[in-house]
Amino acid sequence: MTPIIETHNLTVSYNRRPVLWDVDFSLPEGRLIGIIGPNGSGKTTLLKSIMGLVQPDSGYVKLFGQSLDEVRTRISYVPQRESVDWDFPVSVREVVEMGRYRRANLLRRLSSADRDIAADALHKVGLQDFAKRQISQLSGGQQQRVFIARALAQQADLYLMDEPFAGVDAASEQAILQLLTEMKAASKTVLIVHHDLQTVRQFFDWIVLLNTHLVASGPVESAFTEDHLRQAYGGQLTILSKVADLVKERHFPVREKPYKDRP
Amino acid sequence: MNAFWIILTGTLVAICGGLLGAFLLLRKMSMVGDAISHAVLPGIVIAYLLSGSREVLPMLVGAAAFGVFATVVIEALYRKARLQSDAAIGITFTGLFALGIVLISLFAGQVDLDLDCVLFGEIAYVPIDVWITPGGINMGPRAVWVTGGLLVLVLAMIGIGYKGLLLTTFNPEHAASIGISVAFWHYLLMSAVSVTTVVSFESVGAILVVAFLIVPPATAYLLTNKLKPMLALTVLFGLGAAVGGYYLASWIDGSIAGAMSVVAGVFFTAALVAKHKR
Ligand SMILES: Nc1ncnc2c1ncn2[C@@H]1O[C@H](COP(=O)(O)OP(=O)(O)OP(=O)(O)O)[C@@H](O)[C@H]1O
Ligand SMILES: [Mg+2]
Repeated sequence: MTPIIETHNLTVSYNRRPVLWDVDFSLPEGRLIGIIGPNGSGKTTLLKSIMGLVQPDSGYVKLFGQSLDEVRTRISYVPQRESVDWDFPVSVREVVEMGRYRRANLLRRLSSADRDIAADALHKVGLQDFAKRQISQLSGGQQQRVFIARALAQQADLYLMDEPFAGVDAASEQAILQLLTEMKAASKTVLIVHHDLQTVRQFFDWIVLLNTHLVASGPVESAFTEDHLRQAYGGQLTILSKVADLVKERHFPVREKPYKDRP
Repeated sequence: MNAFWIILTGTLVAICGGLLGAFLLLRKMSMVGDAISHAVLPGIVIAYLLSGSREVLPMLVGAAAFGVFATVVIEALYRKARLQSDAAIGITFTGLFALGIVLISLFAGQVDLDLDCVLFGEIAYVPIDVWITPGGINMGPRAVWVTGGLLVLVLAMIGIGYKGLLLTTFNPEHAASIGISVAFWHYLLMSAVSVTTVVSFESVGAILVVAFLIVPPATAYLLTNKLKPMLALTVLFGLGAAVGGYYLASWIDGSIAGAMSVVAGVFFTAALVAKHKR
């Protein structure tokens, strides 16, 4: 099976300072994949370079075995929530409908089919009653769900989400997690930049541990180890003291099947 | 009849400026409009020197070129030289504006361009400068045709490009991720602002056009949180400023363009008060 994302010797820098260095991995289809690493380790930059928003110094990315431009409509990118001005005068529905914008229909009105798809996406995140609200009149968790609804409206096969769980309360977190599980069941692949080490085992099948260099990429069971976390988080002592506990904890929900038994 | 032409010209400029200014405001780039309005000056002068006349087309091209050039310089100073964006804007527009002034003073003898007129406009002269066809038919004031044509272009751009402008303004990263050129829409908007500025230099002047670029959209922004009503209110306040400004000016016997800006400011203050009372 061709990997859904391959990066080959990817090196990216800002002002000649490398932020990603020789990152090389390939990711399988149909998984929930966590990108983990300390602040400034290049997680956002990795998503942006996959999406062609920053140009690598060297190396390249392949998606579905092809170049980005050939498969763009199959990919949805959800930037960090802070990337937009939430006081912007648009309604929830208008933002979700932006998920139906394409290069091909940019100069035309949206079709009613497009509007239905957007309405359906809004329903999926449980915000149908908020459709007419201006986006500033939402909580942080609801704003995050609006972004996810816009992504769902794109009907992609691969989703790249930058910290969808940041600043989200337990209820919204559950709602988002539920959606992710459904997406996986529909054999979508979701790549998620994630910060909370406590929930890594619970949320993801596969992780990419990053700290400018690639530390590890693999199934959670084999990649989320104390040794790898130490490499990624280096001298951050407060975290280090917790690392051992994290890795040892075994009371996370039991998976349906161990990873290696899955198709 | 003169009053009608003056008010009409003012209204057309106010609507063009306001509609474009609304997008500048939402992009947090209102000051770029200010910068462009100053930076077009050398473009106007150079076009004038090259063409030897006050023909509209060369001036439009010259000014638009300098307006876009200014935005390119601002972007470069901001992104490449890592200057603060307000400093980048300040350096660019003072530099280009100064170049324009130097050019005017250098060629003062050959240039029938009155600096005051370029900067502050003389909308009162609009009815005098009529367009007469080669066949001798009086088509009415030239400025009305030019600003009217501009309004058609601006409306077409916003009507056809609404989704592109909305998408690249609201979330440029999302726009880029679906393969839409953020730079294209940025420079399209900036070119439109440049052209609007130069078209209005004859009427309200290159500087007071900033009042139309910024104040009516800012007023509308205070009163609504939906984009289409915001654009509609912008048009309304622009219209109100042009009409009210004309009568204010004739009442106090003062500058028409100045009075129009003052009325726009009065609307803004009223909206601010109304919003805080609520
Ligand atoms: N536009 C930029 N210009 C210059 N440097 C940048 C830019 N964006 C990011 N950086 C730097 O690149 C490094 C990696 O940034 P990146 O945003 O990819 O990290 P991250 O892993 O997403 O961090 P966080 O967990 O804080 O979101 C950081 O040191 C950051 O300061
Ligand atoms: Mg980040």
